[in-house]
This record gives sequence, C-alpha cells and structure tokens, in this order.
Amino acid sequence: MITYDFEKPIVELEKKISELRKYAAEVNIDAATELGSLERKRDVLSQEVYAGLEPFQRVQVARHPQRPYLQDYLRLLCTDFMELHGDRRFADDQALLGGFATLAGRRVLVLGHQKGRDVKENMRRNFGMAHPEGYRKALRLMTLADRAGLPIVSFIDTPGAYPGIGAEERGQAEAIAVNLRDMIGLGVPVLCVVIGEGGSGGALGIGIGNRVLIMENAYYSVISPEGCASILFRDAKRAAEAATALKLTAKDLLQFGIVEEIIAEPIGGAHRHPEHAAQLVKAALVRHLDELCAMPPDALRQQRYEKFRRVGVFSEA
Amino acid sequence: MSLFSRIRRRRPPIPDGLWLKCQSCAEIIYVKALNENFKLCPKCNHHYLLSARERIDLLCDADSFSEMDAVMLPGDPLNFVDAIPYPEKQAKAREKSGENEALVTGTGTIEAIPFALGVMDFTYIGGTMGSVVGEKAARLIELARDRRLPLLIVSASGGVRMHESIIGLMQMAKTSGALFYYKQAGLPFLSLLTNPTTGGTTASFASLGDIILAEPNALIGFAGPRVIKQTIRQDLPKGFQSAEFLLEHGMIDMVVPRPQLKATIAGLLRYLLRLPVEAPPEPAPAAASAA
Repeated sequence: MITYDFEKPIVELEKKISELRKYAAEVNIDAATELGSLERKRDVLSQEVYAGLEPFQRVQVARHPQRPYLQDYLRLLCTDFMELHGDRRFADDQALLGGFATLAGRRVLVLGHQKGRDVKENMRRNFGMAHPEGYRKALRLMTLADRAGLPIVSFIDTPGAYPGIGAEERGQAEAIAVNLRDMIGLGVPVLCVVIGEGGSGGALGIGIGNRVLIMENAYYSVISPEGCASILFRDAKRAAEAATALKLTAKDLLQFGIVEEIIAEPIGGAHRHPEHAAQLVKAALVRHLDELCAMPPDALRQQRYEKFRRVGVFSEA
Repeated sequence: MSLFSRIRRRRPPIPDGLWLKCQSCAEIIYVKALNENFKLCPKCNHHYLLSARERIDLLCDADSFSEMDAVMLPGDPLNFVDAIPYPEKQAKAREKSGENEALVTGTGTIEAIPFALGVMDFTYIGGTMGSVVGEKAARLIELARDRRLPLLIVSASGGVRMHESIIGLMQMAKTSGALFYYKQAGLPFLSLLTNPTTGGTTASFASLGDIILAEPNALIGFAGPRVIKQTIRQDLPKGFQSAEFLLEHGMIDMVVPRPQLKATIAGLLRYLLRLPVEAPPEPAPAAASAA
C-alpha cells in the first residue's frame, strides 16, 4: 500500500503493534496491556494527523489507489447489482458505470465513475475519466429510472472528464451540458456522493442532485490543484498552494452550501478501513433517500433547481 | 478549465495605432479599414475579437437594446490570490474592458423581432464564468421565459473562473437548469460561439442551443488544445476544435461570417417563431414562361 509522508508515524506504530503481537504469540506471553496501550496511541495519533491534514494532503488521500471505488461500494453496500451497458450511440464507457441495485431493501439506480487499481484495469477504466458516451449512458439510465420511479444514487470519483481527441469529436461539452440541463427535470430523488475526486465538469455531469454528500477526505473543485498551479501560478509544482487557494475540502464545501453533509471516514481514512467506510456511507445514503422519497416529483425538481439556482456571491448597487 | 491566460498572451488586443499587423496573415492593415469591416481582416477575413458593446451594436436594431443587471458585481468568496488578489483583478478587468463583468444582458430587437440577448466580453478576465455571469445568464433566461422571448447568447469564454472555484463551477448547473425550464416552455434558444469558447461555458449553456452557430475559425472545445496535447502526448490534427471542425462532426448547425450574422439570426428566428412570410417579389413573366 502507498504510504504518504504524513502517514509514516502511524504506519511505524502499526508495524510495532504487529511485531509485538507476533512476538507475544511466539513466546506465548500475554501482551494485551501493552498492545492496548499501543493501539490507543495509534488511534490518537491517527486522529491528530487526519484532523490536521493540509488541503493537498486530503487530495492525496482522495486519490489513494486503495481507496474504495464504486464497485467496492456496490459489493459492500448492495445485495444486488445488474449492470446496464452502452449509450446506444457509440460505445460502452467503462469509466462510468450504471445499473439497478438493491440498497438496504430499496430498489435504486446506481451510477458512478470507476477507476482501476492497476495499469491494466486503468487502461480499461481510463483512470475514471469518462468520454461523452459515459455521460450519455448515464443520462439514458437516469431517464429510464425516472420512468420506472427508481431513486438515483450517483457516486462521484473522477479526476475530470477525459480531454482527448475522440472526446472532443464526439461532443464532450455537449454531453455534460445536456446532463446538467436534463437532470434538473428528473422526477425521482437524485442523491450524489463524492467518494474521492470531484473533478470539475466531469463530476458535475452526474452531480445534479437534490442533495450532494461528500466523504471527509474527498474533494470537489473546478480544476485540479496541479492544473490551477500551472495556469495561475505558472508552476505545476505549486499544487499544494493551489489546493489551499481553491477551497476544495469537504469542510469548505459544506461552508459554501455546495454539499449538505460530510460523511465521516474511519480513523486513518477510507483506504485503511473500506468496510467500515462503506457502512458509514450506507447509513447516510439510506437516511437521505428516506427523506427524499417522501417528496413528490415536482417538489423534487423544484428543490433541485433551487439548490443550484441560489449558489453565487455577488452584490448589486 | 480556464485557458484565457494562454489565449490572451498569444492574441493581444488591437493597439490604438493607425496600422496593425494582422495576427493571422501578417498583412499590414489600416485599423480604420478593420473597424469599418466588422473587425475582419480585409485580406484574410480573420475575425478579430468584438467587445460586448460592439457585438450588441452589430446584432441589435439601433437604440433597441435595454440592459438589465448592469451593476451586478462579483464578490471574493474564496479570498483568492494569484499574482494579485481577486478584487484587484476585477478592478483591472473593469478598467480594461469597460464592463462590470464578463456578460452583458438585456432585451432588444433584431430586424424588428423582440429578443433576449446575452453577450460575453472576453476582455473581462477571459470571459470567464463566475457568480455574476451565472446569475445574469439565469435571470436573462428566466426573463425570456416569463416574457416568452426568443433567446440568443453569444459566448466568448475561457470557461469557469478559477478564482471562484466550486462556486463558479455551480454556475454551469444554474444556467443549464434555467434552460431546462426555458426549453419546457417551448421557446427557442440560439447559441452563437465566438473565438474562443471553451471549458465550462461550452459544457453548459453554450452547447444547449436549439440551434448553434459559430463564427469562422473560432476555437471551440471542452478542454483546451494544450491540455489535450499534454494528456495524449501527440500532435493535434490540423484545424482541430475550429468552428469548421465542429460543423464537420455534427456539433453545430452553421458557420456564419460576421457580416451575415444579423440577417441569419433574424432569418432563423422568423422560422422558429413562425412569423408570416413576406410577399415574395413577383416573378418576371418572361422567366415564368421559360419555366
């Protein structure tokens, strides 16, 4: 597992714990007191480290290759998943998946970005960067869910919509724009959760929810810190500075009223405890779905539009 | 998403001098000739940037434009500082462009047809979209819906303004959402893309026109050419992301040279609004008998 610099003291302690446990087992002594004390020390340290993370360090956590992805959540949260494929125009985008799922006894449509964990899978998943056909597939499935009366749960985790020749030729901008417009018109609940990277238009393209939730160590921004640094500061190496300036952390987003709730992560981050993280996500999803499912279609449309309509900071003389 | 810095560096505004070397064909051109020719190079027809006011004068009937929300000013929700603090950047942009923000909105007539019009000004921070652009666009769309007016938005934009980050990004949702209700009302939206239109502007209202027009050779895209080149690590095909490239790929309806814009837009509106056909001139009897 990749270890970031700020995680090193925690990993050191974990190493000590496992060494002691092994030793105690070998020589058959009772080290419960010492182990308990070390574990407490580790938890306190983790809590301190994670509470004090700089914005760019959170971006690193959001990008951790062991962080749970859409398919992990499907496995950990849903009792059923029937994947549906293709945009009926060009292709089936493997960077953006969707299908019917059962979540805590509720039938829903789940969609979201899917990253890969190794080179081979990432070639197929395009690092979670969807092409226009991904956004068109998403809209096709959402329209279907609308007709069937199924609530929609959207998992956001992308560095951004793919910037390539084919994507431009096939109308990446148009595909996203149409989703932004037509998601406003959906008469079923739309619940979005940013589980990792909320990369700009690529995230927003499936992000027009009645409510938008975000995990504690996820981020959501108009541009990557690296991209911002290279354009505004003329130096991609100043990404950490850009990450701070962009106010892209979960806390910032809650303060701006962009997200409704931060889903806490287990101490040490979702990548260290995926099962526990999934349970926390599930509890939040179920609670919000229950509330949204009580709303009639027109109220859902109107509340969704109002949510985005009111965002903006300006003055009028 | 924003590319304005690169574009601005490469394409400086027209200096106040009498003569100018054309950015495109390097011909020395007389500035007065340029100004009297819709700001097209008399030699190569290169379309120079129009300010929002010049564009309004080009499209609206004389004195018909009535501006709305003219004094809406941006805030600084992020306390953003790049080379200079964002409020200073706004002040400089106001001075440079003569506009309070990157979008001018209002109502007017085009060949006597009442319409709602929004025009972006690229000189104001690269025509980038922040809270003010989003709010003014949304109000324009809502007003057009309430008054049942056809709508034209002229884009020239580097995308979402980074200085407003996530709040800027949400303006894409706001403007597109307003267009959902506009479309539902059965009203026609025309989008005109001018050089350059990229990023979050293209990925929201600019691409949602029932009819999409573009000026010749305008750069139009989602990602900027430099970002794409860096990502795919190969050279881009010739003419990539030009208006003509988009026409060829089915992404826009027409490429319209500037001198024909007003008549073309008015002509389209007459169809979309089903205005009565003016009596055609009587055919000459000789021509009729020959047929």
